[in-house]
Parts: sequence; structure tokens; C-alpha cells
Amino acid sequence: MAMLEVKNLSISFGGLHAVDDFSVTIEKGELYGLIGPNGAGKTTVFNLLTGVYKPTEGKISLDGKDITGKNTIEINRAGIARTFQNIRLFKNMPVLDNVKTGFHNRYRYSTVSGILRLPRYRQVENTLNERAMEILKVFDLDKEAAILAGNLPYGKQRKLEIARALATEPRLLLLDEPAAGMNPNETGELMETIRFVRDHFDMTILLIEHDMRLVAGICEKLSVLNFGRLLAQGETAEVLSNPDVITAYLGE
Amino acid sequence: MDKSLEIIRRMKNRTLKNHLITYLIVIVFYVVIQVLINTGNLSSLLTGLLVPICVYVIAAISLNLVVGISGELSLGHAGFMCIGAYTSAFFSNAVGDGLPEIPRFILAILIGAVCAGLFGVLIGIPVLRLKGDYLAIVTLAFGEIIKNLVNVVYMGIDSNGLHISTTTAMDLHMEPGGKQIIKGALGISGTPRNSSFTAGIILILITLFIVQNLISSRSGRAIMACRDNRIAAESIGIPVTRFKLLAFAVSAAMAGVAGVLYSHNLATLNTKKFDYNTSILVLVFVVLGGIGNIRGSMIAAVILTALPEMLRFLSNYRMLIYAIVLIVMMLFNWAPAARTWRERMREKLPFKKKAAAGKEEA
Ligand SMILES: Nc1ncnc2c1ncn2[C@@H]1O[C@H](COP(=O)(O)OP(=O)(O)OP(=O)(O)O)[C@@H](O)[C@H]1O
Ligand SMILES: [Mg+2]
Repeated sequence: MAMLEVKNLSISFGGLHAVDDFSVTIEKGELYGLIGPNGAGKTTVFNLLTGVYKPTEGKISLDGKDITGKNTIEINRAGIARTFQNIRLFKNMPVLDNVKTGFHNRYRYSTVSGILRLPRYRQVENTLNERAMEILKVFDLDKEAAILAGNLPYGKQRKLEIARALATEPRLLLLDEPAAGMNPNETGELMETIRFVRDHFDMTILLIEHDMRLVAGICEKLSVLNFGRLLAQGETAEVLSNPDVITAYLGE
Repeated sequence: MDKSLEIIRRMKNRTLKNHLITYLIVIVFYVVIQVLINTGNLSSLLTGLLVPICVYVIAAISLNLVVGISGELSLGHAGFMCIGAYTSAFFSNAVGDGLPEIPRFILAILIGAVCAGLFGVLIGIPVLRLKGDYLAIVTLAFGEIIKNLVNVVYMGIDSNGLHISTTTAMDLHMEPGGKQIIKGALGISGTPRNSSFTAGIILILITLFIVQNLISSRSGRAIMACRDNRIAAESIGIPVTRFKLLAFAVSAAMAGVAGVLYSHNLATLNTKKFDYNTSILVLVFVVLGGIGNIRGSMIAAVILTALPEMLRFLSNYRMLIYAIVLIVMMLFNWAPAARTWRERMREKLPFKKKAAAGKEEA
């Protein structure tokens, strides 16, 4: 069974067909790319998948379960986590706490145990600290654990967002332009990290990216959007040599 | 591995130290004031201000939970104080000598907290859907509505139970032996004066315990996450409205406790004190002390409540000095230069201690 199955997804904003009849199937463990020129509707697809927008048409299933029309919180609980094109961290909280907050629905104790510092609080907090540190280490952020997230350099903020998303223990991870604003060195590292995350956490990943080096380097399959419509779909090498795709990127 | 354990240990210690310092400040304040009282060095005016200071400190801590930690501007906190004050005073009067003083006061505090907390939930459910300025305006309105409603309530108790009316005392139709307790605009009189400076300090410590522990727990992190980035919080599965409501209700309950302390300090209680001026005064404490800075808002509440009395000898210049102090505090807490200076100081202090500790180990 496919991890993500999207059928005929559409949404329009007052006449503008931002996403029009988009379908895709992503298998478990795949590293899948979603590309397309500016304004093609890529982020809107993410917003539809995560329940930020309700589709006007179409169906989304995650691991065989229909999640169409569910809200953001339910969808995260069902197993989709994401990062944002314009970074959205909890800036006034330490790096460590950003990740610990990601575990919100995975490691629980009541508000009262928290206030009264009952044994359950200590026990869960210890686990949380360990688990959060493990994830931070993957992104080489463990030494910055005590720093406020807003004070991290840009590239590290992007990584922290991925770390926080992973803490929700998703089945499908959506990354919206993870390499945006990174220098070639950082992008190289990020590619390694994304591969590592896929292998180590047994994750299925769908990512939006403009950096073709990253896309060609790590994505196994691609979907190309143009003006909300699917332009090409398939194996990365095939898609990237498709004349329609080249035209769309170079501009008519 | 050791390295990350060390970082976590240091973070935990810093939080713990922060909490302890806050409790310590309160305790030192208590001891100093007790010494001043016992040596006869505290003017009767200031002595009279001690309970109100505690009332404002609790109110400021409570409002900071909403404004600083949850990130919502509420201008209606006097309304919750009003609920706490009235429900608890009603209870204490109704029970009268039926219970010994201390258990009665403890129950009154709980009742005030629970009733104000329930109102917090009731008002929070519709209001917390609004954002920013709208929320401020609507909470302001709710605060005034509560005050004005309470102002027309007549309530009494007799062998048939509670009687409530919003018209006149006659409409209560009380039995001859019944006690009329809330008398409309005249409010409540004869409430036992159980509040004391000591009780106030204990309540401050309890409030601090609740707020500080809440902030550094799972729910507190969720509340701050919703403040910092609502959309991101939802994306990691946090029900934003529920945590905003939690902060609002806990805050309302604590404002209710401030109200209990207030009403049990006065022979007569009416609604005059619970208007928007009080809500805004408490907000001033929060803003001046530092939004989200619990200790700061506490200190601001003490200084700004005591100051007008302490400056009485300056007569006409009193309000001028008061204004200057406001500005200085504002600058100290918010000016970029002052902030970096404080950061530097904060960084220096633990370093010095660590160096010393290192030497000892070596
Ligand atoms: N909430 C909205 N209301 C109206 N129009 C919207 C909304 N969200 C997106 N759009 C429009 O939909 C189109 C697709 O936007 P989207 O952000 O999905 O593009 P994108 O492919 O992510 O582009 P980029 O590469 O620049 O991030 C754009 O024309 C955008 O203006
Ligand atoms: Mg986009």
C-alpha cells in the first residue's frame, strides 16, 4: 500500500486554480521531490496535505487511511509533519524545548503532574530530554540546545525545523524548500542529513526544492507543477530531461 | 553523550536557580517587612498597604501568565478579581461562625479561585477566538460587564437556600431569620477580615509555585509554542485554543485569589475598585516588569503600589516622581542598551561561580 495517495486534488482561490487536478502516489521509504517555478502551487499542495486548506475536490489517503478534510492537528496525529518555506520556529524558546514541544502528543503527562512535579513528570521529562538530544545530534545541533531558537543562524534554524517535525514521529515528512538560503556547503550537508533521516528513521519524505543539485542528488522521483497543473511525473532523471520541464523552468 | 547530559543538567539547574531566586526574593521581602514592623519602623500607612501590595503582586503574576506567557492582551482581569472577591466574601459571610476561621478562609480562597476560573473558561471560549486588539477590547468589555452585573445583584441565604434578585432587596423574599449578604451597589459588609500580610505572602508563594512549574512543564511549553507561532504549533499537533484557554483559566483563577485577599481585608466591599483602571494598572505592572518576566512584574507591582505612599512627603511633586520612576523602569527593562547590559551581567555571574567551582574540583 502506498504511504501517500493523492487523487485529483484541486483548490482555487477566487478564480485562481492554485492546484488543479493533482495526483501523486508515494511509496513507503521514498524520497520524492515536488518542483516547479515560483507560484506553481507547491506550497499550496503542502497546505492541502496538512489540512491548512480544505480541497475543493480530490482525495488524500495516508497509509490507506482517508484523511481528506481533517484539520491540521488531526493530520499531524495521523502521521504527517512538515516544515515551512518561511521558517516558523518557537523563537523565544530554547532549541531543546522546540524539539521537546514536537513530542507533545508522543510523551504525555498531565498539567497537574507538571505543576506538582509528580514522579511521572520527572520520568517523562528525562525521556524527553534524552530523545530530543538524540534528534538534535542528528542535525548537529546538540551543542546549541540551550540557545534560543531565534538566535540560531539561518541554516541551523532550517535544520531545527526538521528536527522538531521529526519529534512528532511522523510517517510522512514534508519539507518546504529545506535548502533555501543555505550556501553550497550547507546544502551538501543537508543532503546527507536528509538521506540519513530517511534511512535511520525509516521515513518517507516529500520535499519542495528549487536547488536542482539537491533535487537531482537525492530525490528518486519527481512531480513537476506548473500553474497548478501537473507537468511531468516519474523517475528523477527522466523528468529532468523532459523538454516541457526544461521550457517551464527556462520560461517561455 | 556526556556533553549533552551536561548541557541538559546546566539548563535544569538554571531553571531551578531562577525559581528559587524568585521564592527567595519573596521570603526576604517578608522578613524585612516583619523586622520593620516589629522595630516600629514602618509607617501605619505603609502597613495598611501590605495586603493590597500582595493583592497586586498576585494579580500581576496572574496577568503575566496571559500576556507574557500565552501572548494574549487581556484588559479584563479586574473582572475576575471581582468574581473572586464577591463569591468568597459571600461564602465567608454565609458560613459566619459555622466554621473556624482558618478552614473557612482556605475554603473561601478555593471558592474564589474556582468561581473566577470557571468565569475564565466561560469568557475564554468565545473571546480567545479573537486576536490581538480585538481580544483586548472584548476582555475590557467583559470586565466591565462583570462589574456592572455584580453591582445590581442582591443575594441572601436562609433555611430555604440561596435567594438572588437583580431588582431590590425586597424581591429576595427572605424568611425572617435569613441573612441578606450582597446588597446591590452597597456590596457586602461585615466580611471577616482574615487577610493578613502573612496570608498574602503564602498566597504569592503558591501562585509562583503554580506559574513557574506550569511554565517549565509540557503544558507550559505548549502554551508558549502557541504564543511564538500558532501555525507551527498546530502543525506539530498542539490544540492551540485549548492551551490558550488553559492559560486564561488558570490566570483567571489566580486573579480570583487576589480578589479573595482583597475582599477579606475590607469591612465593606463594593465593585468600584474592579473597573478597567485596575485592569490597566495591573497591565502596567506587567509591562514595566517585563512581559513574560514573572519576577519583574512582581517587583514592579510592589514598587508602584508603595511608591505613591512613600512619596507623600513630596506632596505636589509626588506624581512627577512617580512618572519618572515609571519611565526609568521602562527604560531599564526595554531599552536595547539596558537589555544587552543586563545580558552581559547575567553571563558574567555564573561564569565567575563556575571558575571558582572548577578550582575547587581541581
Ligand atoms: N491563501 C491564498 N489566497 C489566495 N491565493 C493564494 C493563497 N495561497 C496561495 N495562493 C496563490 O496560489 C499560487 C500558488 O502559490 P504557492 O505558494 O503554492 O506557490 P509555490 O509553488 O509554493 O511558489 P514558491 O516557489 O514561490 O514558493 C500563487 O499564485 C499564490 O499567490
Ligand atoms: Mg512555496
